[in-house]
Amino acid sequence: MKNDKKGIDTERLYHVFIYVVLIALAVTIIVPVAWVFMASIKENSEFYGNPWALPKGVYWQNFVDAWNSAKMGEYMLNSVIVTAVALALLLLIALPAAYALSRFKFRGSKFLNLAFMAGLFINVNYIVVPIFLMLRDGDTWLKNMVGRSFLLNNLFVLAVVYAATALPFTIYLLAGYFSTLPHDYEEASYIDGAGYQLTMWKIIFPMAKPSIITIILFNFLSFWNEYIISMTLMSSAKGAKTLPVGLLNLMQAQQSAAQYGIMYAGLVLVMLPTLILYICVQSKLTQGMTMGGLKG
Amino acid sequence: MKNSKRRTGFLFACVAPAVVLFFIFMILPTLNVFRISLFEKGAYSPEERFVGMQNFKVLFSDANFIRSMQNMILLIIVVTIITFAFALIFAAILTRENIKGQNFFRVIFYIPNILSVVVISGIFSAIYKPENGMLNSIIEMFHKMTDPVLWKGEKLVMISIIIAMVWQAIGYYMVMYMASMSSVPESMYESSALDGAGRLQQFFQITIPLIWTNIRTTLTFFIISTINMAFLFVKAMTSGGPNGASEVALSYMYSQKDAGLYGYSMAIGVVIFLFSFLLSALVNRVTDRETLTY
Repeated sequence: MKNDKKGIDTERLYHVFIYVVLIALAVTIIVPVAWVFMASIKENSEFYGNPWALPKGVYWQNFVDAWNSAKMGEYMLNSVIVTAVALALLLLIALPAAYALSRFKFRGSKFLNLAFMAGLFINVNYIVVPIFLMLRDGDTWLKNMVGRSFLLNNLFVLAVVYAATALPFTIYLLAGYFSTLPHDYEEASYIDGAGYQLTMWKIIFPMAKPSIITIILFNFLSFWNEYIISMTLMSSAKGAKTLPVGLLNLMQAQQSAAQYGIMYAGLVLVMLPTLILYICVQSKLTQGMTMGGLKG
Repeated sequence: MKNSKRRTGFLFACVAPAVVLFFIFMILPTLNVFRISLFEKGAYSPEERFVGMQNFKVLFSDANFIRSMQNMILLIIVVTIITFAFALIFAAILTRENIKGQNFFRVIFYIPNILSVVVISGIFSAIYKPENGMLNSIIEMFHKMTDPVLWKGEKLVMISIIIAMVWQAIGYYMVMYMASMSSVPESMYESSALDGAGRLQQFFQITIPLIWTNIRTTLTFFIISTINMAFLFVKAMTSGGPNGASEVALSYMYSQKDAGLYGYSMAIGVVIFLFSFLLSALVNRVTDRETLTY
């Protein structure tokens, strides 16, 4: 084929075609995202003209309004709290559990492994209504017993629910890593006189650092972006909201109020942290993916 | 064995918190989906009343529910086929060909996956806006329109949702397949090229069979997650409208919960649970091939 002139021509044509298709797909991703960034600094009057016109100036007021009057600043703080608490809780609970389940045989360990595996197939959104009803009934009960209720509309309860529902996937990933380690590490540590606790915290967990980072990345994205559970459990009109739910309300309000600038500023505020994180760690994220294989 | 007591204590402390949380927030609610579906339970009546299969009887003559199931099945089939075709082809191109900026494309294609569905729905509402929307203004350049195209109108709404869902999913699966394709040994392609195999033949007879196990597991997971993603997209983009034209099973379940019909809502939940289990069993069955190794 190589000496054939016609072959070289079709080869070149094929390559041009590939680049055209790849660039076209890249454009369909970059342009809408960039457009939102551009729209976030436009004045409201600019939205009635050509949508492709460049902004006339940088109108920061959109961000100020979104942050203050649309309460996106407050929502961002809520999202930071929920995400941080949920991540801390998740690591604290999932790491020891995954270690014990993957490296020790005890009565019921087989059953528990199987149960957590089955948990991979339970989607949170299938069970969001019973979770809501359970917490609501809990609140009614608390009100009768102690006189006040705190299960619904509580950022910390939301964080607990996030951590709990992320357990199967996290344990599955970590257990997969732990089971590849040779048992010599523990034996050496026991001979040196270290107990179970010390061995786990000082020997095993430091070795699992790459998997832990992967887990933090994936769960950060899913907690930060989640909106159905948050919307259901934080449904009180005046209560605290997380960032995506606040944005959803803002988008619905905008349909009648036509404050486009603020809405796009809100969009930027929600996606900026994830985009910055992604730029910093993109190689880790795409590598980690092949390690874990799947997401829930 | 004085150690055995310490060992048991240690293991218990490790496992107990996870098991308790898992039981309270995942097992119990799952069981409750099935239990509540047999009751008449409302937001305004404190008592629940056992009604047996009554909820299900109503369900199967509920035209809105049937439409929501149809929409969900449509999304599962169309989104899966388009996403997988694109993801596999692009992954093959990016791993097999000598593309300049391979890493750049990979980084860009993955971006939609890290955005919240709420953000994506915001982006797409700017694209689909009837007046001054991105899409309509592009069409206007080539072709004078008398009426703006209503992308979220009753006729086109499902297509619009399909586009948004594919846009979001392609990159993730592409990156995943790139990883598994790059582990296929180069020698297989070289020897097949000597035998005169072209690109297409190599794609269908080497690449696809060798990563089949990976495709199979991801396909099952994708189908299950589409049931869920369809809900996230519909809820954020259209809330099931206009006139319920874009309602999917989970969003219909959620709207019945909002209406305060908890028993009925959970009957829908049971149907979705069973449907997803049957579907994954079916997909597993259909895609079962002899595994090839290299």
